[in-house]
Amino acid sequence: MDRMKILLVDDEHEFVTTLGERLELRNMNVSIAMDGESALGFIENDPPQVVVLDLMMPGLSGLKVLEKIKAMDPKIQVILLTGHGATKDGIRGMQLGAFDYLIKPIDIDELIIKLNEAAKKMG
Amino acid sequence: MNLKKWFNIRESLQMLTDADSSSDRYRLFQRNIRVLMIVLTIVPLSMMALINYHQYQSSLKKEMIDPTKLLVSKTRHSFEFFLKERQSLIKSISYFYSLNDLCDEQKLNHILFILKKEFIGFVDLGLINGSDGTQMCYVGPYNLLGKNYANQDWFQEVMLKGTYISDVFMGYRKFPHIAIAVQRLEENGESWILRTTIDTTMFDNLIAAMGLDAESDAFILNKEGIFQTNSRLYGEVLEKFPIKIPSGGHATYVVEKPDPSGNDVFLAYTHLTYPEYTLVIVKPKSTVLKTWYALKSDLFLVFMVSSILIVIVVFRLTGVMVNRIKEADHNREVAFRELQHHHKLSSIGRLAAGVAHEINNPLAIINEKAGLIKDLIEYTPDFAQKEKFSTLVVAVLQSVNRCKTITHRLLGFAKRMEVEIENLDLNELLLEVLGFLEKEALYRNVDIRLELAEDLPRIDSDRGQLQQVFLNILNNAMAAVKDEGRIAITTWEKDANTIAASIRDNGCGMSEATCHKIFEPFFTTKKEQGTGLGLSITYGIVKKLGGDIDVESKENEGTAFKIFLPKKSIV
Repeated sequence: MDRMKILLVDDEHEFVTTLGERLELRNMNVSIAMDGESALGFIENDPPQVVVLDLMMPGLSGLKVLEKIKAMDPKIQVILLTGHGATKDGIRGMQLGAFDYLIKPIDIDELIIKLNEAAKKMG
Repeated sequence: MNLKKWFNIRESLQMLTDADSSSDRYRLFQRNIRVLMIVLTIVPLSMMALINYHQYQSSLKKEMIDPTKLLVSKTRHSFEFFLKERQSLIKSISYFYSLNDLCDEQKLNHILFILKKEFIGFVDLGLINGSDGTQMCYVGPYNLLGKNYANQDWFQEVMLKGTYISDVFMGYRKFPHIAIAVQRLEENGESWILRTTIDTTMFDNLIAAMGLDAESDAFILNKEGIFQTNSRLYGEVLEKFPIKIPSGGHATYVVEKPDPSGNDVFLAYTHLTYPEYTLVIVKPKSTVLKTWYALKSDLFLVFMVSSILIVIVVFRLTGVMVNRIKEADHNREVAFRELQHHHKLSSIGRLAAGVAHEINNPLAIINEKAGLIKDLIEYTPDFAQKEKFSTLVVAVLQSVNRCKTITHRLLGFAKRMEVEIENLDLNELLLEVLGFLEKEALYRNVDIRLELAEDLPRIDSDRGQLQQVFLNILNNAMAAVKDEGRIAITTWEKDANTIAASIRDNGCGMSEATCHKIFEPFFTTKKEQGTGLGLSITYGIVKKLGGDIDVESKENEGTAFKIFLPKKSIV
């Protein structure tokens, strides 16, 4: 089976690199973007299967990025991550076609399950 | 000085609004209001009563006295008429007949006979010589022929004035009589006198005709105050009337005097023009003013009853009023406190959300770093103290998890501040809420029974608000049950549009009256501890969410709340 191709988007460097490393350890192909623009550029060049997207970022917000990803390729699955409990954003994200949303801090096993489900949906 | 302060309503109202919450100020306020209201009502009432009293007294007195006066003057006229008539009659006879005719005893007897027949009271008839005063001719029961009257007063008077009417004297057969004499002057200068005696039965008849009541008395007095007729109460004919009657004037007078036996009496009297008699009516004051006394006692009764009523009403009214004010003050305080509390809660909520968010990010980093360490330990073959490292990192991850629970709960708390409709499972929500009470239930050994419908449909509603609703009701149930009590929570699908939950406890229950009031704001049975807002807020939320709430309770048996919620949100 091909390694799952994942893009992590988060402005928190320490968080995103460590999470990336952990997912690599679990035999996943992980790329990292620190903001919305670079994430979109990355997706254009090399579309991943699943994007794990932080909602609160400087510059382009998570929801905007989500919209653009879906516009580029609706098959790419997006799992939203948030440190804030605002359910409104979560619901809005789901309406925009996000696969699911999780509140930080996340349990790695839970994330893996969601990623697998998302990848399966991506096909 | 102090009195002014005592009655100063404005000041006492001011006192009421002061922060000082001693119950004294209500008592003081109540007292001042009462005194003021009673003074304001009783004083005009008393004044009215007093004015009425005097008005009635004077008008009633008049009304009682005027008829008596009228009666007196009427009777006086009857007397005058009676005497005048007799006098004229004698005078007429003296003119109709010549001296020679009258000197004839047979003729004189005939005249007396006719007089006796046609008029009442004539006793005798005599002719007296004007120059020497000797009885020239006489018919009647006495033998007076030849008697000389020249030295008697009446003879002098009749010679002077032409007529004379005597006072009453005891005459023939010991009956009271009066004498009437007239002088006749012949053209030749000779004069003679015709004199008659009349018994006074007619006086009694005239007095009887007045128709007086049993307590009253009427009689005739001469100018010396000697009874000319019998008095029922004060003596016989020719005795002296004990009360001095003022002389002079011919109008009718009324005076109030005490009689010899000490009773207050009204004397109505008038002086006859001629002879100098006085007609007197005596009426005891109590009879005259009987209606007045009755009215007076009525007046007094009405006054007393209305005064008592006023006092009762004022007391009750001010009691109710002051209690209302007290209640309103209390409610205002509670509402103010509640508002402050709410403000505090919402700022805490915002703060909590902010803090939770800020902590979540570094927490996420710790989580990932520790997670990576754990991963590395697991993926690395055995090394020294691997086990120890593994235990340590797991402990770190566990602590992170605990922090996560806290921050998530804080976020949830903040979320409750705003209305957010989401699709939720009521069973799940109930279990969440129960999580808050588990500890207490455990300590107190309260048996919480769940009968949750397995296929309960999800509904669109506000999680936070519903949490508050169920937390409130469950808190109340926990407060109601004793240790080792029972609380049963049931959910079911009521109909196509509604699901329902019931929370039933076997606690102390409520009376029917309490049951009716529990959803009212500020109603509380917890006295100082409760705000009386919990269930009213609960009610408000359920209604806002388009649902309904229902309560059944029996004292000492328990209470059941039923909450009905629509499946589709109406918000």
